[in-house]
Amino acid sequence: MSTAPVKKTNQLGFEILDYRGSKTTLCAGCGHNAITERLIEAAWTMGVEPWRVAKVSGIGCSSKTPAYFLGQSHGFNALHGRAPAVATGAMLANQTLRCVVVSGDGDTASIGMGQFIHMLRRNPPMTYIIENNGVYGLTKGQFSATADIGSTLKNGTPNHLAPIDCCQLALELGATFVARSFSGDKRQLSAILKACMGHNGLAVVDVISPCTTFNDHSGSTKSYSYMKDHEEPIHDIDFVPHYEDIAVEYEEGAAREVTLHDGSRLVLRKLERDYDPSDRLHALQALYAAASAREVLTGILYVEPARENLMESLKVSAEPLATLPEHLVRPGPEALEAVVEEFR
Amino acid sequence: MQATPTAPSPLDGFDSSAPRTPIVNDFSIQVATANGSGSQTSNNVLMRSIFQMGVPVSGKNLFPSNIAGLPTWFTIRASRHGYIGRKKEIDFLVAMNPESAREDVESLAPGAAVVFDEPLKLDQVRSDLHFYPVPFDKLVGPVCPEAKLRKLVRNMIYTGVMAHLLGIEIEEVRRALFKQFGERKRKAAEMNWGAVLAGQEFAAANLPKTDPYRVQRMEATHGRIIIDGNTASALGCVFAGVTVLTWYPITPSSSLAEALIHYLEKLRIDSETGRRTFAIVQAEDELAAIGMAIGAGWAGARAMTCTSGPGISLMSEFIGLGYYAEIPAVVIDVQRAGPSTGLPTRTMQCDTLPNAVLSHGDTMHPVYFPSSPEECFSMSHDAFDLAEGFQTPVFVNTDLDLGMNNWMSEPFAYPQTPIDRGKVLSPEDLERLGGFARYRDVDGDGVCYRTLPGTNHAAAGYFTRGTGHNDKAGYSEREDDFANNLDRLRRKFESIRAALPAPEIQPREGARIGMVYYGTSRYACEEARDQLSAENGVEIALFRAKAWPFDPVLHDFCASFERVYVVEQNRDAQLLSLMRMELSAESIAKLRKVNYYGGLPLDARTVSDAILAQEQEAAR
Ligand SMILES: Cc1ncc(C[n+]2csc(CCOP(=O)(O)OP(=O)(O)O)c2C)c(N)n1
Ligand code: SF4
Ligand SMILES: [Mg+2]
Repeated sequence: MSTAPVKKTNQLGFEILDYRGSKTTLCAGCGHNAITERLIEAAWTMGVEPWRVAKVSGIGCSSKTPAYFLGQSHGFNALHGRAPAVATGAMLANQTLRCVVVSGDGDTASIGMGQFIHMLRRNPPMTYIIENNGVYGLTKGQFSATADIGSTLKNGTPNHLAPIDCCQLALELGATFVARSFSGDKRQLSAILKACMGHNGLAVVDVISPCTTFNDHSGSTKSYSYMKDHEEPIHDIDFVPHYEDIAVEYEEGAAREVTLHDGSRLVLRKLERDYDPSDRLHALQALYAAASAREVLTGILYVEPARENLMESLKVSAEPLATLPEHLVRPGPEALEAVVEEFR
Repeated sequence: MQATPTAPSPLDGFDSSAPRTPIVNDFSIQVATANGSGSQTSNNVLMRSIFQMGVPVSGKNLFPSNIAGLPTWFTIRASRHGYIGRKKEIDFLVAMNPESAREDVESLAPGAAVVFDEPLKLDQVRSDLHFYPVPFDKLVGPVCPEAKLRKLVRNMIYTGVMAHLLGIEIEEVRRALFKQFGERKRKAAEMNWGAVLAGQEFAAANLPKTDPYRVQRMEATHGRIIIDGNTASALGCVFAGVTVLTWYPITPSSSLAEALIHYLEKLRIDSETGRRTFAIVQAEDELAAIGMAIGAGWAGARAMTCTSGPGISLMSEFIGLGYYAEIPAVVIDVQRAGPSTGLPTRTMQCDTLPNAVLSHGDTMHPVYFPSSPEECFSMSHDAFDLAEGFQTPVFVNTDLDLGMNNWMSEPFAYPQTPIDRGKVLSPEDLERLGGFARYRDVDGDGVCYRTLPGTNHAAAGYFTRGTGHNDKAGYSEREDDFANNLDRLRRKFESIRAALPAPEIQPREGARIGMVYYGTSRYACEEARDQLSAENGVEIALFRAKAWPFDPVLHDFCASFERVYVVEQNRDAQLLSLMRMELSAESIAKLRKVNYYGGLPLDARTVSDAILAQEQEAAR
């Protein structure tokens, strides 16, 4: 159900090719490329209008990827760690945009930490993807702040500092959609990305995305093989898009359903344990427990479909501010007269 | 007579009661209080009532970076000649602050007048001044029954005393006071009015006038308003159709953002739907404030931020990105002195050079230099058209003196031209053209066409990066692509030059020297020109720069004189450095520096003394 239908065109009549961008310049096998592929599929499947999309990124290998998907859309490869501000600004200008932000773990968890945190507080309507490889790829393999204690650089140097878990932070700071996935988990990542597109606030997705060149060795906890052994999905995700009226069958108590803002539904099937994605505290506890068990929990950790987003709380006019006509943004001469009168 | 100074002084035979030729409408008042004591209203009422008497006036609040307790001075200058720069010499002191009173009195020139709080016994400090002791605590009790309000209301007593001593019509004080308090604070106004009367009556009964300073009605302020530069800038933005404001609080720019919020909420909310035609975000820092403005500008908003020096430093990287990625944004910089703590409440022109070339790489940004509230209004307004017209960040450099003090101003003229959104392609344009190249100089003016995200056309999208792009916005690290782009950006800067306001040039018969200045240095420079002419027979032609890059006429101006004094409120001759980037070697050799950097608004005497000294040197 959640896999992409194998039709040639989507509901807008576009082929998947129309959702591609320029050719990737990243290393072969880089996890970021797989995320790009999933984004292309998700946007195509969901019938996202390419012209409506604004892609924003910071700086890093990960932040280069917006050039490689949705080539018809506007994109902005901005400054290191500053994508949240640029993307928020773009949404202020035009809230009819669909904004996708791509960042890296260095970009988000170090230089951009301040902006990340404050973006979480504001809940702007956009998807924020952290392509998390535990290193700075583009500057050739230094540790990032998400590296686990004891994990090593390629040359064997171990990391002694406690890692920053962006999902934990997002939960603590009131994020309304928090997920973690793995670039190698095609099915789950696709479902999560489609769900993000149906969310009416900030959707944060931390995707473990191995760096084949600098962090895929045996001492790494962000390598393909480490993830194969340690990924622990919290549920199995079926995504039912809003335009499909399909009943998903499951046994009583075997799944939880969440209806997203756009009418799409998530059917979260129970695995070993029951996981309630509407319970923030539970989500945090699960992440803490997983960290000490050296497990990487993946899935939709938390979702709150109904919270007011930034644009709603600012009471901004529904039409894009960017293109409001002059008579709506420049008060008349009598208004200036009246103001000047206050100062006579 | 019971309140006149006690023992006659043997010091210099100064007789404060001897008759004097009156000095009419030409004096300065300094009110010394403690920060947070609520004297601002009294000072504004005093200033406004002189203004209502038709006398040109200016007011400057010299305040510390502190919420309460440290000394604060408010100077009011009345000048029938229309000089509204700061006057260095104090003619009339109102000494309310016990902490600074002695020092304040000691610094006066002989013959000055002093109204003071009686228990301070300041009349014992010197005998060559006119002293007017006033028992403020005794007077305030009857007019203000509520003990906790007395601290505030007692200040209004000196307004009444001064009105009497200077001969300000009491009806004008009343009008100014009720205006100051507004309709909603009627009760407070009544109580304060009682305090004015108490002061006036006390002075009439007990303080015979011995000083020469007087206010006499004239007609020089007719039709004018009194307003601070920050409010004027904010209004300029409102009428420019600003749609996105992202900011981070910092003195002295916060009141600009707050005024903008006030007027946007007043004028730009749909009364039926409650929907706003603007978005305001108080960001987490200046990095985010400018980042949001750049993001909003990219997506087509009329976006702005306002800040001061420390914020400018943080914005540097984004401004460079805005320059290279060619994104409009307006940055209003209300300048203050230096980094960190120290002089955040003092004025400077210290971001002139930094803003002109802010960020790394080869970068150049247009900077407006407003000198008055009218120009705060018009230049803040024009900055949006310039930013969108040329797709680049634009600075409006005001300063604390202009932004936070009250100034006389002509009423603002409603914008005469429709809003100019610049070269933005619509879906129809794209259909007709069959596509576009984001960084191709189609018109030869260095300014290329752009599309906004959300434009419904398959050819609308393009990818925005800093430097590494060819003219189709494709990724490129080729040397010719990079160099060609830099050359085009330079051409664009020349187009910008032609779009900026022309300088204000005041030629002078017989002048062999010229003076170049900008922003709030204007008032001191114009007065210094008159001083030097009247006192020393030195004639000077004036050139007030209104923006960088400079109008080409600067070359002719400098070529016409033997020496050109460049007057600035900074240490490092920042405007002069920009002039050196453009002028010929011969002209550069003529440039002379006059720099004041004490943090107070520039005064004429400082300028004329500095020029005179250098002229004498040159004559030797
Ligand atoms: C202000 C600034 N400082 C430093 C850099 C250099 N730099 C470029 S990318 C990068 C780290 C990127 O790491 P990450 O976000 O994890 O992305 P990855 O390459 O791993 O995908 C750094 C430090 C920069 N571009 N800008
Ligand atoms: S260096 Fe690492 S992160 Fe960068 S492209 Fe190569 S594999 Fe990917
Ligand atoms: Mg990384």
